[in-house]
Amino acid sequence: MSDTMQVSRNGFTLVPAADRRRFVLQARPGTLDAAVRALGLAETPAMLAAATGGAVTALRLGPQEFLLLLDPAGAEDSLSALRAGLEGVAHSLVEVSDRQVGLDLSGALVEPALASLTSIDVAGPAFPVGMATRTLLGKADGVLWRTGPDRFRLEIWRSFAPYMSGLLNEAARDAVF
Amino acid sequence: MLLIRCPYCGERSEIEFANGGEAHIARPADPMSQTDEEWAQYLYMRDNPKGLIAERWRHAHGCNRFFNALRDTRTDRFVMTYEMGRPRPEIDAATLAEAAR
Ligand SMILES: [Zn+2]
Repeated sequence: MSDTMQVSRNGFTLVPAADRRRFVLQARPGTLDAAVRALGLAETPAMLAAATGGAVTALRLGPQEFLLLLDPAGAEDSLSALRAGLEGVAHSLVEVSDRQVGLDLSGALVEPALASLTSIDVAGPAFPVGMATRTLLGKADGVLWRTGPDRFRLEIWRSFAPYMSGLLNEAARDAVF
Repeated sequence: MLLIRCPYCGERSEIEFANGGEAHIARPADPMSQTDEEWAQYLYMRDNPKGLIAERWRHAHGCNRFFNALRDTRTDRFVMTYEMGRPRPEIDAATLAEAAR
């Protein structure tokens, strides 16, 4: 898979993201607030927003859903704090570390390349830095998280990686014209 | 592109959504008390109106939440969307006429 997980062309770079433990947390909004406190984040991210603190990033993909990205170094501490904070409260916490891969996209052509794959508006005003959402990219689901003016993190299911990086490579090539 | 307003994510393209059939159909609280006719009515019989319909939709490629929508079946215009659990909203005549246009 390694050669399909790297794209490097003028104005567009795609590389595998730093290794992360991944969890999907589903719970009522009040329980998500408790999870945020347990994880030591400053505040509960609003819908389609991200919150980062220490080794933890929480992407608010739905009113009752977080995608948690944990730095492997501090993951066990975060997890025990989370389990303690949600003790006895109804919730679902599922590890999806190996289901997904993270791709870091960067460069001036990232916006037009993504725009040719998705129906949502990825331009700055509609998709500001810090926004995160699940959407359709081509024919595959993916989570898009804008990490900078010319930077996106893409979280996709592992088996989609060659398809997605291939499409993005073509889209970036076409975006030059 | 047909846009549908998810109550949680805002306007998204139709391809991100899945239709979930007619809304506001309550499951009988005590199924064992139902006659076969009553149970068949609950399971299978739908209004299928020519005009305004309240139906369930799911933001399948987004936040994954179900919500309800009022749509005109003749024009495919979405009048409004609203969260599950809320009663079907009343629509005034002018809005109804606009949806049929
Ligand atoms: Zn949504």
